[in-house]
Amino acid sequence: MPDQMRLDGNAAAGQLSELFARDVTTAVATCAGCHTAAPLGALAEYGQSMGVVLRCGRCDTVMLRLVRTPHAIHVDATGITVMVVPVS
Amino acid sequence: MTEESETAAASPPRLAWQVASVVETRQETPRAHTLVLDVPGWRGHRAGQHVDVRLVAEDGYQAQRSYSIASAPENPRIELTIERLDDGEVSPYLCDVLHAGDGVEVRGPIGGYFVWSSRDEGPVFLIAGGSGIVPLMAMLRHRAHAASELRSRSRMHLLYSARTVSDIIYIRELADLSNDGETRVTFTLTREPASSDWKGERRRIDRAMLEAAGWPAKEGSLSYVCGPTPFVEAAANLLVEIGYDASRIRTERFGPTS
Amino acid sequence: MADIPFIARGFHSKRPAAPPGRLPPGQYETRDFPVLSAGPTPRTPLDRWDFTIRGGDDTVRWSWQELLALPHETPTVDIHCVTKWSKFDTKWEGISVDTLLNAAEEKGLRKTAFVMARSDGGYTTNLPLADVTGGKAWVVFQFDGGPLDPEHGGPARLLVPHLYFWKSAKWVRGLTLMDRDQPGFWEQLGYHDRGDPWTEQRYQGDP
Repeated sequence: MPDQMRLDGNAAAGQLSELFARDVTTAVATCAGCHTAAPLGALAEYGQSMGVVLRCGRCDTVMLRLVRTPHAIHVDATGITVMVVPVS
Repeated sequence: MTEESETAAASPPRLAWQVASVVETRQETPRAHTLVLDVPGWRGHRAGQHVDVRLVAEDGYQAQRSYSIASAPENPRIELTIERLDDGEVSPYLCDVLHAGDGVEVRGPIGGYFVWSSRDEGPVFLIAGGSGIVPLMAMLRHRAHAASELRSRSRMHLLYSARTVSDIIYIRELADLSNDGETRVTFTLTREPASSDWKGERRRIDRAMLEAAGWPAKEGSLSYVCGPTPFVEAAANLLVEIGYDASRIRTERFGPTS
Repeated sequence: MADIPFIARGFHSKRPAAPPGRLPPGQYETRDFPVLSAGPTPRTPLDRWDFTIRGGDDTVRWSWQELLALPHETPTVDIHCVTKWSKFDTKWEGISVDTLLNAAEEKGLRKTAFVMARSDGGYTTNLPLADVTGGKAWVVFQFDGGPLDPEHGGPARLLVPHLYFWKSAKWVRGLTLMDRDQPGFWEQLGYHDRGDPWTEQRYQGDP
């Protein structure tokens, strides 16, 4: 049964770029739950209009959460142990 | 295609909202419209990327959506092809109200994961469901600009699922591409009336169709799947079943079926 | 460079006007029922499902059948999502949280100033006790006359309609009693600890 609310990490690219000042969808992040490494663009994205929730495609661990309030960007990336961001 | 330059300080940062001018609008199918936009200081994009579009009303009400760029990076103007959703908030405005001379706010280009460059070698399998054809069209158009040597190293097969023949976006252009001797285009329709003289496939994608339309799994092709979420999930799962390497399947889910 | 937003010519919200006084500030009425989710839909079989109230080292537990055997109520309420949609006259059936907290208290679990709602999949949300007692909150398992759909939180969700709807935790499995407030899933990321739509308590720091 397809999960209609799940998008790809690509869908969060614009919001993540507000925080990282670059496109991070090709950054490879290691999951703190199961240590699988995957590009952010390939993670499962939830959150809709509440914020960004990126989950590991293997174990569903929440790897990154982001909320944009009028005054700030709140980020929890404790589900990522290491993130490697390519610089061209 | 110019390289990004650190000294291009005169251009606005590409992650900021900018007002683009509508140069032309074009109806592709009864439900799909293309906007041709001039974006000031546009520094190019990669095939597969999207832009965010933001609409602000006089009372401050805002709506924002993402739209894939349909045009090739070689085109100095960007084209967005938009599927008009009857009860949508943004698409009816973009399709019915905007005309040449209007401004519209965009941010981008965005997305480095679901992209293809003609410098990427190897066979490519593009799988589109409905309006999922849009970013894949940018890839096909980009490839058409490449030198023949590069093209021969990155042959593309496209499988495009649409409801009826009148819903196939870019049908003429795709028919021309399929005659170039290098690109295989397979159409399948899911709601075409049995009475029509359509000679292509007529059913939802399945394993046999993917095997016929795509590449042998051992070729290690790069696959791009785009469209409504259930379509993308079905296609991606079938590819893995056939033996495609999951790490070489890129997906862009557009969300629940409207 | 001026920060005046660019106004899209001829663009306006499609929302119809709602009856005055019924919509909290900044909201619009919707007739459909948008689905928002922070994760995949959990699917716990009913024979393994339970609802627990925890306090300290103690737990009071109801199985699915035991929960359904408690007195039912059928609230009809307006609901308000912090993403700005509101839906009027939604009809639910469930058990009042008062019933559950009172039963737990009889078994020795003292009520505390705050509770944390816990859901399958790990979602949590914190609430002041005063906002889940006095007939203001339910654990509901029916919506619009039928079993609650999994995508809307079935088999059971919390319903706290006087607060923004992220507090009405989907797939709820229990409440943890807390003496001190602690932020839940969205509250950790900047959403308000209480969430009153009538005073627009959307984010931390909103009065």
